[in-house]
Amino acid sequence: MRKLIICTMLAAGLAGGALRADTLQLEGSTTVGPIADAFAEYFKSIYPDLQITVKKTGSGDGAAALVDARCDIANMSRFMKEKEFKDAVAKNIFPVAHVVAMDGVCVIVHPSNPVKALTTAQVRDIYMGKIKNWKELGGPDMPIVPISRDTSSGTYETFHELVMAKQEMAANIEYVNANPQAHARVKGTPGAIGYVGLGFVDTSVKALEMDKVKPSRKTIATGTYPVSRPLYMFTAGYPKLGSMTHRFVTFHYTEKGQELIEAKGFVPLTNY
Amino acid sequence: MDKGNSTLTLKRTAGTFRPLALTPSEDLKGYILAHLGRAVLFLIACTSVIAIFLIFLFVIRESVGFLQTESLWGYLSKTGWYPQAEPAKFGSVAIIAGSLYVTAASLAFAVPIGILAAAFLSDIVSFRIRAVVKPVIELLAAIPSVAYGFFAVLILAPFLQKKFGFPTGTNALNASIILAVMALPTIISVAEDSISALGRELREASYSLGATRMETMFKVVIPAAHSGIIAAVVLGMMRAIGETMVVWMASGNAAQIPHPWWDISQSVRTMTATIAGEMGETPKDTSHYYALFMMGVLLLVLTFSLNIVSEYFLSRAKKATGRA
Repeated sequence: MRKLIICTMLAAGLAGGALRADTLQLEGSTTVGPIADAFAEYFKSIYPDLQITVKKTGSGDGAAALVDARCDIANMSRFMKEKEFKDAVAKNIFPVAHVVAMDGVCVIVHPSNPVKALTTAQVRDIYMGKIKNWKELGGPDMPIVPISRDTSSGTYETFHELVMAKQEMAANIEYVNANPQAHARVKGTPGAIGYVGLGFVDTSVKALEMDKVKPSRKTIATGTYPVSRPLYMFTAGYPKLGSMTHRFVTFHYTEKGQELIEAKGFVPLTNY
Repeated sequence: MDKGNSTLTLKRTAGTFRPLALTPSEDLKGYILAHLGRAVLFLIACTSVIAIFLIFLFVIRESVGFLQTESLWGYLSKTGWYPQAEPAKFGSVAIIAGSLYVTAASLAFAVPIGILAAAFLSDIVSFRIRAVVKPVIELLAAIPSVAYGFFAVLILAPFLQKKFGFPTGTNALNASIILAVMALPTIISVAEDSISALGRELREASYSLGATRMETMFKVVIPAAHSGIIAAVVLGMMRAIGETMVVWMASGNAAQIPHPWWDISQSVRTMTATIAGEMGETPKDTSHYYALFMMGVLLLVLTFSLNIVSEYFLSRAKKATGRA
C-alpha cells in the first residue's frame, strides 16, 4: 500500500515536473560561455524547475546549432558569417543578435617596466618572436618573456584575432591556463608581457596603452580600445516576450546581470 | 516433505553423519555454485586488467580519427603545434622533447640523491633514525601534486629568477627539480629494499678482503643490487613522465626545443601538460581532439614499455636475492 502511494506521488511529481519544466539550450562560444554559465546558475536559483544546458563548442558550432534548431540561444564571440545567415534564412530562421557585453583584453607588463604604450603591431611582433628584447621598444636591456593563455581559452581567441590577426605565435611563448595565473606570472617576472581580461588588472601589474588608448571600462565599452569586441547571443527571431529565452537574453540589462558580467571579467554595456 | 529432508541433511552435515554420496541436485548445485563463485572472483580479480584493456582500446579508438586526416610521420617529425590555426598544425616533436627534457633532468637530480639516500638508510644509519626518516620520505609521495605545483610557481620560480637571473622562473629546471622531489620516495624505497635485501654475506666477504666501508658500498653492494636500483630508476622515471599538474604549472608550457639544447632554463611543454591543458575545451571529433588522443597513445606506449622494463629488472632483482 505504502509503495503504491509513493509510486503515485512519484508519478504525479514527474508528470507535474514535466509539465512545468522549461528547458533552455545554449550552445556556442567558449568566450561567452562563462557569462551564459553565470546567468544560467542565477536563473536556476530563481526558477528551480528550469533546465538549462550551456555547451561550449565554439561560435561556429553555436551558429550551426541555431540553424538546425538544436538550441534556443547561440552564444557567439563574432557576428554571424554571411553563409551562416543565408543558411538560417533558407530554413525560415531569422537570427537576431543580442549584444550582452563587451570583451576587452588588456596587455600587461611588470610595474617596474618603463614601457607605457605599444602598438598592436608591436605586440604582435613580440608574440611572433620578431621583437625579443625590451630595449627594442625603448625599455631596459632585458629579454622579453611573452606569456599567453592556453589556446582553448576565450581570452586567447580574442587576442589571437584582434592582436595577432590570426597569425601563429612563436614557439617560445609560455602558456598558463587561467587569468589569475597569467597575472601572477607577469607580477613576478620583470621581463614578462601577458594579457588578461580587464577584471584582472590591478596595481601589481601595469596595463599598457594600445595604439595610444588606455584600457578602461569606458574605452572598451565604446570600442575605442583596439582589443575589444562585442559578445553576442543569437536567437531565432526576436524571442516571444516574457518567454524564458526573452528573459535570458535581456538579463544583461538588469543590475544583477551586469554584476555577473563584471564578475567574469567582461564589460557591461552601460555608459557610467 | 522436501523441506524436512533438506533440514535433515543440513543437520547431518553439521554433525558427523555427512552422507558421502550427494543427490544429483545437490551435486549440480554445488558444482554450479563453486564455478559461479570462481567466475565472480575471477572477474573481480580481472577488474584492473579489464580497465587497462579498455583504456588502451578507448584511447586508440579515439586516436584513429587522426590518422584519417593527418599523417603520423608529420606528427612525429614536425615541431609546430598550432591546433587553433587554419590550417591546424600538429607537430609534436617539441612536446615529446619537452617530456624527455624534464624527465631526464629530474632523473639527473633524483637518481644520485636517491641511491645515496637508499645506501645510507640501509647500511649506515642506526635503526632508530631509519625508523623516523623512511616514513617521512614516503610522506613526500602523499603530498598532492597541485600543492607541489603551487610551490613551484609561487616560491621556486621567483627564487630561480632572482638567484640565477633567468628571464623566466617557470622553466624546465623548475619542473625537473619538483619532479625529482616527487620521484625520490619511489626511487629511495625501491632501491633501499633491493640494497638491504642483499644480505650480510656479501658485505662481510668484502670487509674480510680488507675493503673499506666506502669501497664495499660502491664496488660491491651497489653493483650487486643493480637490478633493483635500475627498477627503482625506471619507476621514478615513470612517475616523472606521467606527472601532469606540476609540469603544467611549473614548466612554462612553451612548445619549443630549448636552444642551445642544454639550456634547461628555458620553458618547455610536456605531453601530459598538453593533454591536460587543451582537452577540456576541445570540441569532440575535431582533428585537435584526435591529435590529443594520439598524444595519449604515445604516452601510454612510453609508460607501458617503461613498465615492462621495470618489471624485468624487478624480477631479476628478486631472482638474484633469492639465489643469495
